[in-house]
Amino acid sequence: MASTGEDKRKVKAVKKMKDIMTTYYIEAKTAAQTGRKVAWITSGGPVEPLLAMDVIPVYPENHGAMIGASKMGVDLCEKAEAMGYASDLCSYARSDIACATVNGGPIGGLPRPDMLICGNNICGTVLKWYEVQARYFGCPLFIFDTPFCHTEFNDDMRRYVRRQVDEYTAFLAEACGRPFDFDRMKEVGRLSVEGQRTWQQVLDTAMNRPAPISAFDAFFHLALIVTLRGTQIAVDYYRELLAEMRERAAEGIGSIPNEKYRLLWDNLPVWYRTKWLSEKFASHGACLVADTYTSAWCGSLKYMDENDFLGSMAEGYSRIYLNIGVDEMADTVAAMVDKYGVDGVVLHSNRSCKPYSLGQYDIQRIVEERKGIPSLMIEADMVDERAFSESQIDTRIDAFMEVIRNRKN
Amino acid sequence: MLTAGIDVGSISTKAVLLEDGRFVRGRVAFTGYNAEAAGRRIFEEILQESGLTEDAVGGIIATGYGRKSVSFAGRAVTEILCHAAGARYLDAEIRSVVDIGGQDSKAIVLDADGRVKTFAMNDKCAAGTGRFLEVMARALEVDLDLFGALSLQAENPARISSLCTVFAESEVISLIARGEKRENIIAGIHESIGSRVSAMARRLGMVPPVMMTGGVAKNAGVVQALGKALDLPLRVSPQAQLTGAIGAAFLAARPE
Repeated sequence: MASTGEDKRKVKAVKKMKDIMTTYYIEAKTAAQTGRKVAWITSGGPVEPLLAMDVIPVYPENHGAMIGASKMGVDLCEKAEAMGYASDLCSYARSDIACATVNGGPIGGLPRPDMLICGNNICGTVLKWYEVQARYFGCPLFIFDTPFCHTEFNDDMRRYVRRQVDEYTAFLAEACGRPFDFDRMKEVGRLSVEGQRTWQQVLDTAMNRPAPISAFDAFFHLALIVTLRGTQIAVDYYRELLAEMRERAAEGIGSIPNEKYRLLWDNLPVWYRTKWLSEKFASHGACLVADTYTSAWCGSLKYMDENDFLGSMAEGYSRIYLNIGVDEMADTVAAMVDKYGVDGVVLHSNRSCKPYSLGQYDIQRIVEERKGIPSLMIEADMVDERAFSESQIDTRIDAFMEVIRNRKN
Repeated sequence: MLTAGIDVGSISTKAVLLEDGRFVRGRVAFTGYNAEAAGRRIFEEILQESGLTEDAVGGIIATGYGRKSVSFAGRAVTEILCHAAGARYLDAEIRSVVDIGGQDSKAIVLDADGRVKTFAMNDKCAAGTGRFLEVMARALEVDLDLFGALSLQAENPARISSLCTVFAESEVISLIARGEKRENIIAGIHESIGSRVSAMARRLGMVPPVMMTGGVAKNAGVVQALGKALDLPLRVSPQAQLTGAIGAAFLAARPE
């Protein structure tokens, strides 16, 4: 039977990714039986030293995304609210704090942590969130404090963060009861940089017209660069995905059937509505060819030295997208507009994520002025469905696409 | 050619007929429970009033929240584009539009040719909309149609600080309990709408001349309060409530 248009559009790597993530979570959930240690870590946290010590990193935020995508967020958020947490608190934090007490969610909760690693380069909420969990589980907490890089990263900041890298390796040596493995660290550092580089190349295939990969695809394929960054598994997977995307580009297979307009997405996905949103945009012939979220996991590559990972990670982990000033964020978005040939910007004002959403109006204005393209703000939340109003967002997207269509014609 | 615009809003449904771009007739009715039936009913009524049949109409565009439920329309266009087109139809100089409808408010900026350049809509909250005024009219036991005239008699507008319709209602109830004059409370309600909607409009940067559209534009008190908050004179057409439907009928004459 001849393959239909939709068959050829299916990404083959998807199945492999599901298998890898299943294996990863089985390994993590059976760590106690296999004698391995488990660390919970923030999404922007320095994971590589954990891998060097054979500790399994687990990400409450990745788990939060799974909870959101499974539409189990409201239940857990309400439970957290009943425990006394404010409904204004981040929905990842609420879901995680509630889930830990009931082992709920799509995979029956995360494995019990032996330690918690908290990097505040993504937000300030994680400090209190991880303190809450450290008390709940009675396990040690390491805080990796990265100063906010308003305009620069100076030598004082470098010394301050670099010293914490040493404290971190000492913390891990104590937690694991053996010296830190600096030899293994070199290998992990090299693999991490290689993984990030390949992930960037995957995202870059969206420069093709039509784009073989969309932001909605990237939201899915992102999982490994978050959870398995620094492993050969991630490098191999992204190499395979890159080959597939390049092949699709060569054959002119787009992520959506009839790409007419190219958009950029800002902020986290609306996890429980990714399908609805991608179909909504696709119905207008609009493909989200770039986003600031999935590219954040390779955005500080320029500061990383694969031959001196521990030395360069002070800067690499400090200068990530959410830890820089609004001007630099706007520069980043404007550069992506040029690079990917973007016709309009869609900004998700995310009730949960304050550092990501604060400054969006300025970024919107700066990019509109500098690039002369329209933008749309939609208000929602990454996990808490109560903050999503379908008919309002539907009208906004329809109106935005009318504006884009009129401008292009 | 005869064209029709059907604007199915959250509170009221509007229909307009244009003939070769000339205004023939407009009509307003409550939307009620069934948006599809409301659109169909008003269309039949306006045809009947005009002594016309459906096949005389060359193009129909539906707009408003119920736009997708109007099955007999040729296509659906959002309120943004229709209010922009309608405002330019009513006044060719207009460069910005502020529309306050039943459940949302929006600000639109047009380029010199009348195309939508950018827009903003209120977030998931009914404060500063027609529904907000309805709730307040009920609390005050005043006919909503009298709100405009009464507020213009206020000596000292009361201060309504809450951003939430429900909490603002309790503020109004405590003002009533304290014996505050009705005129002052109504003027205060209008000022709170003015400041809320103007904050959204200012963010876009209003380019004069600005027209206020939507059913709430019939309320002279809101028009005055919003103009003051924006520090810009607002143009208001007697057909303000029909603006969306006029725009829809106007666009229906053009190819997609």
